[in-house]
Amino acid sequence: MSGVSLTLKDIQISLHGRHLLQVNTRIEPGATLTVMGPSGIGKSSLLAYIAGFLASDFSASGEILLGERCLNSLPAEQRGVGLLFQDPLLFPHLSVAQNLLFAVSRHVSHRQQQVDQALEAVGLQGFGDRDPATLSGGQKARVALQRLLLSQPKAVLLDEPFSRLDAHLRQEIRQHVFQTLRDAALPTILVTHDVEDAAASGGPVITLG
Amino acid sequence: MIALLTLPVLAGLSAILLPAFGYLPALQHDEPGLMVWRELFTTPGIGRSAWLSLSAALLTPLLSLTLVMLFLASTSGTRWASAMRRLVAPLLAVPHAAAAFGLAFLIAPSGLMFRLVSPELSGWQRPPDLLILNDSLGLTMMLGLVLKEIPFLLLMALAALPQLNADQRVNMARSLGYRPILAWLWTVAPALYPLLRLPLFAVIAFASATVDVALILGPTLPPTLSVRIIGWFSDPDLNQRLLASAAALLQLMITLSAIGVWIAAEKIVAGLYRALLLSGNRRQGHAVLNVLGKSLMVITLGTLLISLMLLVVQAFAGTWRFPDNLPATWTLQHWQTVGPLLLAPLGNTLLLGLLSTALAVLLVVAVLEHESRQGRKPAQILWAIYIPLLVPQVAFLYGLTLLLEQLRWQPGLMMVGFAHSLFVVPYVYLSLAEPYRRLDPRWQQLAATLGASPNRTWWHIKLPMLLAPLATAFAVGLAVSIGQYLATLLTGAGRVTTLTTEAVALASGGTRGTIAVWALLQAAIPMLGFAMALMLPRFWWRKRRDMTGQLT
Amino acid sequence: MKKTCPTLIAISSIFSWLGALSLVLASGTGTTFAAQAPDPSDWDAVVAEARDQPLFFYAWGGDQLTNDYLAWVGQRVAADYGIRMTHVRLSDTADAVSRILAEKQAGNTDRGAVDMLWINGDNFASLKTNDLLFGPWAEQLPNFVWVNADANPDVRFDFTLPVEGYESPWLRAHLVFYYDSAYVSAPPANVAALLNWAQEHPGEFTYPRPPDFLSATFLKQALLELVADSAPLYLPVQETSFEAITAPLWQYLDALHPLLLRQGRSFPANGPELRRLMADGEIALALSFNPTEAVNSVLRNELPDSVRTHLPDGGALANVSFVAIPYNASHKAAAMVTANFLLSVEAQLRAQNPQYPVGMPVIDLSVLTAQQQAQFADSRQSHPSAPPLMSGGQQLQEPHPSWMEALEQAWIARYGSR
Repeated sequence: MSGVSLTLKDIQISLHGRHLLQVNTRIEPGATLTVMGPSGIGKSSLLAYIAGFLASDFSASGEILLGERCLNSLPAEQRGVGLLFQDPLLFPHLSVAQNLLFAVSRHVSHRQQQVDQALEAVGLQGFGDRDPATLSGGQKARVALQRLLLSQPKAVLLDEPFSRLDAHLRQEIRQHVFQTLRDAALPTILVTHDVEDAAASGGPVITLG
Repeated sequence: MIALLTLPVLAGLSAILLPAFGYLPALQHDEPGLMVWRELFTTPGIGRSAWLSLSAALLTPLLSLTLVMLFLASTSGTRWASAMRRLVAPLLAVPHAAAAFGLAFLIAPSGLMFRLVSPELSGWQRPPDLLILNDSLGLTMMLGLVLKEIPFLLLMALAALPQLNADQRVNMARSLGYRPILAWLWTVAPALYPLLRLPLFAVIAFASATVDVALILGPTLPPTLSVRIIGWFSDPDLNQRLLASAAALLQLMITLSAIGVWIAAEKIVAGLYRALLLSGNRRQGHAVLNVLGKSLMVITLGTLLISLMLLVVQAFAGTWRFPDNLPATWTLQHWQTVGPLLLAPLGNTLLLGLLSTALAVLLVVAVLEHESRQGRKPAQILWAIYIPLLVPQVAFLYGLTLLLEQLRWQPGLMMVGFAHSLFVVPYVYLSLAEPYRRLDPRWQQLAATLGASPNRTWWHIKLPMLLAPLATAFAVGLAVSIGQYLATLLTGAGRVTTLTTEAVALASGGTRGTIAVWALLQAAIPMLGFAMALMLPRFWWRKRRDMTGQLT
Repeated sequence: MKKTCPTLIAISSIFSWLGALSLVLASGTGTTFAAQAPDPSDWDAVVAEARDQPLFFYAWGGDQLTNDYLAWVGQRVAADYGIRMTHVRLSDTADAVSRILAEKQAGNTDRGAVDMLWINGDNFASLKTNDLLFGPWAEQLPNFVWVNADANPDVRFDFTLPVEGYESPWLRAHLVFYYDSAYVSAPPANVAALLNWAQEHPGEFTYPRPPDFLSATFLKQALLELVADSAPLYLPVQETSFEAITAPLWQYLDALHPLLLRQGRSFPANGPELRRLMADGEIALALSFNPTEAVNSVLRNELPDSVRTHLPDGGALANVSFVAIPYNASHKAAAMVTANFLLSVEAQLRAQNPQYPVGMPVIDLSVLTAQQQAQFADSRQSHPSAPPLMSGGQQLQEPHPSWMEALEQAWIARYGSR
């Protein structure tokens, strides 16, 4: 699978006129950039800006390029940028399979089959009809990642996705996520407090603030 | 939407403005002047009437708010709160007039309270001649209003509380040594109050201008201003309409000044409250507040419940003479009287309720979804949604009828549905806005990163997740629509009959039994609505654990 | 950030759609009206025009028996004349007057909502003096002959105001006392004697407060009994003489009020509330303008069967109920045909049927055939709570309508705020 690179060109974000951060970098397919820094420095707003839903209190400038394509003027759903939150955020009103199906584009053929394969890939075959509330923390995290992949993103943003996991799970899920994203050749930005996350990503680290 | 809600009110108001200054060409009054006002201010007892309206407007919200706050403080974090929530919604569905009738029969000299002690304890074979109902200070009227406003404020408070993290605040204050009730009063109440302001203003406006409750329980010599306005508007001497118009403007001014006084008092009370809060009192008065908070609420809601049960008994009572505690004979006659009359209006009632509520929910969701997509804070202008609640109905509905007539729109279901929407929209907004805004924005963001368009996200994610608050808002809207009397009568030219118009017409000459039957029927549909609003999401999401009970 | 607001556009389009829809519905339900008002002297043409017309009859809906009676009328005019009658049940006749006034202000002169309404007294005076009634038409109705107006001139006057054919008589009513014989052995002979009676039975009587019509009726009855010369009461009120003429009334009420229920500190709102006080045993004496009210209530178990009806000695205030047609009524022909039916022997006989009495007949029984007279005699009630038969000589005629308003105002000024 051949991916494209994610370029952040002279990005500046400020809140009510107060300068927060400045980033200028390029992430190759399959590589992970780790962004660290104290709370309130605007790490999450950087992700929000790239994903396309920065709150109107913030003002931001700078270009976001996915390969040659400029994302700035596109709405969030057309950017092809996937996002994993701190919580797995499985839609509570949908079954596990419906959660996955929601992410598969309407224009893709054999949608149901794709969902089944995605479940099988993480050892959750037969879990499709389950209520997400009945899954364990690790299972939820895997489903959330599979859902993200099914939406066929061109780049991925990780917003402290491992911070809420138990210590013994964290290691395992972290390996799984980074391996999967590398295999999919997706440029990735990871926001975290945890130096172990940064180390596991195996990519460059920038520290803000 | 703002224009849609405020223009009819303003147009209606302007239509009484000219007559109030002596200009009504249809009755050969074409010389404007201050004559009418002079007449109004020399009307016997007008000052007393105005004062009654003003005092009810201020005391009702004050008492209701105090009771609700004390109750919440003394039950925070206990099972009481969720139990109350289930009890309160159906109580909200009971029309004001129905509750007032029930209360009247509980506390009147010939009522249940006196029957229970007669003749054994009191020796009374005939009801004692005591002035309890229609007392000249309006205390009984205010009691009736407080009984109905407490469920409303309680529901609003319970809906607002989750966003305040009350438990965290209380725990923090407790760790500093404050007893739980004081902890709640010092840390949660000040944050809760701003969220209750608008509902409180609605209570002020309602209490200052209520007609039905004032007619049943209010003073008579003189009655409240609102009752006198209705009298003048329906006086056979058409020239009294000039007086009625001026009095309606006076009513508006009283309502506005009551709100003004309240806002001014807020500042003073806030200062006192802060001083009290910072005085460091950690435990003094805790026991008293605990007992007061719980017992007063039990007494109020208990009174309301007993009043309603009395309506049920009345609806089946045959002969029931003083001092019998229970009817001597039982009968279905009242139902047979009312039954055949109600079949046709029932259809209109449901149609109007569903139509105006659907329209209102559509509009309110459109506004909220627009706000959410723009990622903006609620627009300041949105307070204008409440204008139809804040301006007394008598003050603008007559003018509105005139306006619709001038537009040559035939009175009919459409017109009535439109008039109902004026009152349904604000209440739907009141109950839907907070849950809608409180929905975690990450759901929407997540759906977008998965490639879903805003419309798809709305349909597949937000709508199902908001099913419970939407159902509740729908039930509230339905209840409001069903309760409309004046709006239905005037814009429908009396031809569009609903449960409420038929019931009020029949009650104008009715017996206790038939009044009880209509009150129960009127309450039944909204109660059914509330029951469905509670049950539907539970049933729908019975296989989704996280969807039951978290978002209501 | 984009400034366009798609949802707002959606909202406005919803509304233009709703507006269009309502216009379509409005035109769809648009009423048909004749370019020229029907002429009652050509009765066949009126009946022909009335066929298939709807009729919106605005009448007080507070009395179940009257509602049932009007439902029967609706069935009969549908069967005989193809008129689709709707009884618009009002809680207050003034609501219909408001509607007519609003239509006039808005310039709606030919497609009014109200086709016919049940009125009398000051409502009639008000509509007639403001030119809001259609007419004259009433005396040209074929069934008007049964009224025998030349022998019963009172049907040509409504509270002294000449009717002049602007409304058609329908039923008669008069004031009665009713009392609970379980508590009171003898009721007062009349209003003047009520004061002495109340001294012996304090707290056993009260009457509704103005502006209720029964309240005004009580005040007028009292005034008629108390004044030496009742002639001025049949002329418009003169400000100069009002105080002097009504002085005995206020003197009487000043003495009576402390002896009433709640010592006169609170009064019931209307007749039905008065009746509820009687049902609860709070009072033992009450009054009504419907002679059959007490017996109806006893039959419905609302009042104890010890209740009796009593006519005031020396005459009771009496009047006639009418139906009128607003000047802008959409269906005048159907209204006239229905008014004519209300005067038929069949409808008048039904109105005093003992199973569902709604009032006293307005037609003159003496012009009927012997067989018809026998039917009326047979149908009279013999229930112990029923009112005694009243003869024409016991009737007190209604004073001029201006007295009603003046008495109410003076009462409110004196007792209305304490």
